[in-house]
Amino acid sequence: MISRRDMLRVLVAGGAASLMGSRPLPGQTRGQILTRRIPSSKEELPLVGLGSWITFNVGDDPVARAECAEVMRAFFANGGRLIDSSPMYGSSQSVIGDGVAKLAPSRLFSADKVWTGESEGRAQISETRRRWRVRNLDLVQVHNLVDWKEHLPMLLDMKAAKQIRYVGITTSEGRRHREIEQIMRSQPLDFVQVTYNVLDREVESRILPLARERGIGVIINRPFRQGSLIRDVARHPLPAFAREIDASNWAQLLLKFIVSHSAVTCAIPATSSVAHVRENMGASYGRLPDEQMRRRLIAYVEGL
Amino acid sequence: MPDWLTYRLSDFLLFSPRTYYRMFELYHTQTWPIHLVVLGSVVAVVVLLRREEEWRDRAIAGVLAVWWLWVAIAFHLQRYATINWAGRYFAALFAIQALLLVWFGVIRTRLRFRLSQERAEYLAAGVLVIALVFGPLAGRIAGRSWRQVEMFGLTPDPTAIATLAFLAISTARPHRALIMIPAVWCAIGAATLWALGSPEAWLVMSAGLAGLILAIRHDASIQAVA
Repeated sequence: MISRRDMLRVLVAGGAASLMGSRPLPGQTRGQILTRRIPSSKEELPLVGLGSWITFNVGDDPVARAECAEVMRAFFANGGRLIDSSPMYGSSQSVIGDGVAKLAPSRLFSADKVWTGESEGRAQISETRRRWRVRNLDLVQVHNLVDWKEHLPMLLDMKAAKQIRYVGITTSEGRRHREIEQIMRSQPLDFVQVTYNVLDREVESRILPLARERGIGVIINRPFRQGSLIRDVARHPLPAFAREIDASNWAQLLLKFIVSHSAVTCAIPATSSVAHVRENMGASYGRLPDEQMRRRLIAYVEGL
Repeated sequence: MPDWLTYRLSDFLLFSPRTYYRMFELYHTQTWPIHLVVLGSVVAVVVLLRREEEWRDRAIAGVLAVWWLWVAIAFHLQRYATINWAGRYFAALFAIQALLLVWFGVIRTRLRFRLSQERAEYLAAGVLVIALVFGPLAGRIAGRSWRQVEMFGLTPDPTAIATLAFLAISTARPHRALIMIPAVWCAIGAATLWALGSPEAWLVMSAGLAGLILAIRHDASIQAVA
């Protein structure tokens, strides 16, 4: 039986999430996947995506490639859509392409990057499309702001020509935030990709409010600090309040913290494990923490 | 703090330890039985070091050049480049080293390999033994299978360390350009292993540094005599 307190929390979380544009179902049941709208188009995206940094860079190893395809299968089976990669990630793009060819996902949202000199951007994007084995990429971001003054106009032209659907920029681990802010203020971006997690919260002060103000979607990279955050907290018991937001493991708790921020569109944890992708996708279901519980989680993790 | 100072070594790592060592495993499986040719060439070089054949120095330099070129193509270009975009540049470095060995060692005969009774050359021989024997053993001690270990002639780290050792026992003054690429590679190889959390980083770093110091010291002593 659900107590009054639990019911109140469900209603508060549900109400807050509705204001954020996501659609959680109350209660312990898995229910419908939580999504959030991309501000520039109102298209809905599941709150948890799939990164490919390191994990999908397995070279020509046929065994590891098949394992990555299984990770993608579990991701799609659990309602996932957005997969993120970069030309800088070694063989990750072609490994994703193998999975796409094998699984033929109907609702894939392809997010990649341009990471090259100013004159080679179009050729690189064309090569990326070939490796992904898709007709068009959904989102192309300027990787770590490399030559962004040249690449952004090109990407906006490609968007106007309907060769891509969204344009973005990326950075990681708090670098170049001042420049990111300037670009967010001056350019018609659809997405910005930054690092955010329960311990790295620098973006809360300026980037996330600015994204909300400017109607820019936010993709969150390194949600687990490249795995080190999970390894550190996993030695400690999951706090009892995790159950109140339907988080049954640390991965779900940490991801729910991230995606419960109203400015965040999607978090992209990377993994090469089917069990872990299932865990991660679990954060796309059930209740999300309210502000009070977010503060509680920060205090708990910082106190470990 | 400038942005570049916020980067850690691990930020440049593009692959997991599992992927890295699986690459070695597949490489060794796919290139077998080239290992027997490498072992044969090592035995031939050791025998040659103790003989006074006129063509000895050219042959040893040629053997080194062949394996540098092999690592450039079979390891860096065909395998490592699939998980590290810098692999093609590493391939170019190794190919340049092969050409330098051919030019200075085979064509111009500027390398004369000989084990004398001097202490420094015993040390250089020790570094050579580390490259040839302890490199593969270190992989086993670190818990990997024989198929995942490094090996002179086939993988870059022991090839670079062994080359520094050879340069340190050359009785003719080796061109400094020959020292540069193996030394740079030892730094890159040690940094990669360090980022992967492998204790062999210490072995590559210390053996590479010892080889480099001995080669430079040797070069300086020959210059002083000249």
